[in-house]
Formats: sequence, C-alpha cells, structure tokens
Amino acid sequence: MTKIVYIEHDGKSHSIDVQNGLTVMEGAIQNNVPGIDADCGGSMACATCHVYVKEEWFNKLPKKEDGEEDMLDMAFEPNKFSRLSCQLTVIDELEGLTVQLPSKQA
Amino acid sequence: MIKTDALIIGAGPTGLFTAHQLKLIGLDCEIVDNLDKIGGQCIELYPDKPIYDIPAIPECTGEELTNGLIDQLKPFDIKFHLNERVEEVKNNNGKWEVKTNKGTSFNTPNIIIAGGVGSFEPRKFAPKDCEKFEDKSIFYSIKDKKIFKNKTVSVFGGGDSALDWAIELSENSKINLIHRRDEFRGAQSTVDKMNALVKEGKINLYTKYQLKGVKGSENLESIDIEHDNKEVKNLKTDFVLGFFGLIMQLGPIANWGLNLDKKTINVDTEKFETNQKGIYAVGDICKYPGKLKLILSGFHEGALAARACFKLAKPNEKYRFEFTTTSTNLLKRLGKKE
Repeated sequence: MTKIVYIEHDGKSHSIDVQNGLTVMEGAIQNNVPGIDADCGGSMACATCHVYVKEEWFNKLPKKEDGEEDMLDMAFEPNKFSRLSCQLTVIDELEGLTVQLPSKQA
Repeated sequence: MIKTDALIIGAGPTGLFTAHQLKLIGLDCEIVDNLDKIGGQCIELYPDKPIYDIPAIPECTGEELTNGLIDQLKPFDIKFHLNERVEEVKNNNGKWEVKTNKGTSFNTPNIIIAGGVGSFEPRKFAPKDCEKFEDKSIFYSIKDKKIFKNKTVSVFGGGDSALDWAIELSENSKINLIHRRDEFRGAQSTVDKMNALVKEGKINLYTKYQLKGVKGSENLESIDIEHDNKEVKNLKTDFVLGFFGLIMQLGPIANWGLNLDKKTINVDTEKFETNQKGIYAVGDICKYPGKLKLILSGFHEGALAARACFKLAKPNEKYRFEFTTTSTNLLKRLGKKE
C-alpha cells in the first residue's frame, strides 16, 4: 500500500492507501474519489482521468509515453504539470504523491 | 412511427452483436447511434489500436473488429439511424415510444441500451462565456465553410482536424492557429504544409497558448489567449473553431427513470434488464456485481438480453434454444439454406 493524496478542485483532500500495481486512476475510482471519470477504463483513449501533479512530484514520475501528450491536448484545461492518472502506476517510491483534480474532466 | 421488435441504442461492438442475436432468433431490430459511423468507441477512440482479448482473434484493431461484426450482420436486413441521438423514452400501454433528436420515432416493446459511456459530443472550450457564442461565432464542427470567407478565424487544436481546416481556410480567410504545445499530433505531411503556410504568412501560429477568455457583446470581437508563462495576448477574430476530439456524455439517458449508478445502469444478470420492464442495458454501460468492461462481456450480455426480448415481442410464441450448426430455422435466417 502506498499513500496517494487526491485534492479536489475545491480543496477537499482525500488521502488514500492504494495497492501497489494499481494506477493512480484506479485508486481514485475504487475509493470513490470524485473528479476522475476515466470513461475509457484506462486505455489512454479519453483524457478524463486528467490530474495536475504537484510540482515537487512531477519530475519524479516516469516520463510520458507516446500518446499521453496527444491525449492531454484534449483534456480540460491542461497545464505543464498535467498527467493522465491511468498512466501512473503506484509503487513504494510514490508514497505521498499528491495530485490535484481539475474543475471538471470535460 | 416505426414499429420494431427491439430498438438498440448504440452501434458499437456490443450493439452490433446484439442485433445479430436478435435477428438470429427471428426478431426485428433497428439501431440508433449519435456518431456518423458504425463502431462506437472502437472506431472513434481506437480504430488503429490492436485489441488482444477477443476470443479466437489473437490480434485485431478496433476498425477490423467493427468490420468483422458488420460482415457478420450481412445476412440480415438491419436499419441503422446514424447521426441521431435518442432524446425521449416514454411508456405507452406497455410499449415504449422513443423519439430521436431528428424527429424519428419508434414504437417497440424492447429497448436495448448498448451505449458505452454515453453519446459522443465535441469537447468544448473551458471559459464559460464561450457558450454565449456557440453556433454563432464559436464552432466545434463546420457545416458551411463559406461563412468564413474574408474573415479572421482562430483555430484551436493540434490534431488533423485543426490543421486540415487551418490549411483549407487559409486560402480565403485570415487564420490564427493556436495550440497548447510545440508538437502537433497531426500527420507529418499536414504539419509540413501548415509550417510552409506559416512561413508564407498565411497562418499566424501561436504555440504554448490556450484560450483564456472571449470578448464581445452581440458578436464575438476578440479572444484572450494565455501562454504557459501566463503572458496574455488579445487577438481580434470573427470566428473561433475548437477541435479537441469527442467526449462521451450520458446525456438524455439520465432522464429515462433508470436506476443509475454514476454513469452506469444497474441490471440483473438473467436478462440484463433495468428497473424498467423491457429496457435492457448491455456492454460498458451496464453494472452488476462482477461486471467486467470487456468487449466479450458485452457479447454475452447482448445474447441474453436478445432472448429476453423474445417474450415481449412475441408473447404468444415460445422461444426455443437452437444451435447454428444444426438448426434449419437458424440456417435459413443466415441465408445458408433455402
């Protein structure tokens, strides 16, 4: 288990222990964190699991693979700390990873 | 008013195979889909992505799977209503009356919702004020390109739609092309063509910018775009075009009195029936304990929902289970026997 912190757009914070191997998106969906839709179920085809990664964490994450940046073009209000949470696999090193959720996904 | 034994909402893989199952057991059906083509998410979201978990098909793309399913429907006569979205569902003496946004209406004892995650709608701009100008000065698709002649048009997006329209409209319009990063995901030849037009001064390119706000009272007058470094530029413009692909919205389904769980519909696992008699949900949109969002699950759910339709469509006949390998009835319907 690794602690992931999800902060809703209005500031409400959810600190969730997510099983290693799941994605940050799955951690939110399985624990009913509002603000992540994940319409396509994690196949990197919809950009509705978009999160803003806290700056101090952004460079510690594995780099984006081909296609993620293309999908982020379609996300709602992306910025330079945007990631698709379905592409972030939870591992021990991410203990305390903090992501902020956009005001909406579309 | 079209009368049919069953109406399928959604022409994705689940809807298509459900149609196959209905026709095979001798029921009529028609299919409505909001997209302009058959295939649902497979064709809209991942036509070129390989899928590896369809039984007996080690590898196929979304497009190949769709084409295979369409081929499988060849023996049958099925009417598709594409580019139409079901808006209204009402009960009338035990039958369902269904209306689409194009005014088509159906009378049917059975509705099978194979709607994926809802209908595909264009993704829109973030600033709220954009709604005010939508379909007047701000568009997400183009119906009549003549209105842009000799005007200033600001095109947003980095894919083929944005690039193709920026290139095409640059012949007769002043074009601003705005994209959130330096790379474009459009085809390389299109990107090259666009860059050439930027050099010739026919397209003004702004990268690392996004739409921040729109200005104007009656008509759109200008837009503010914001750079990654927060610098804001004001551009005079007559029209704004946004090409950010499509998003799935549950839409009117939410108003049909169904027992919803977030964006999914609760069903039983015998008939895949919802809380409304004669309305079924199959594929990604249905929810039951253990539900897997796999295409193969949708096929199973559709096959069972189709059998459930039989009872309401032909109340005086008894459904009999048969195999396609041996049943003369089924082989006749498949066109394999006289």
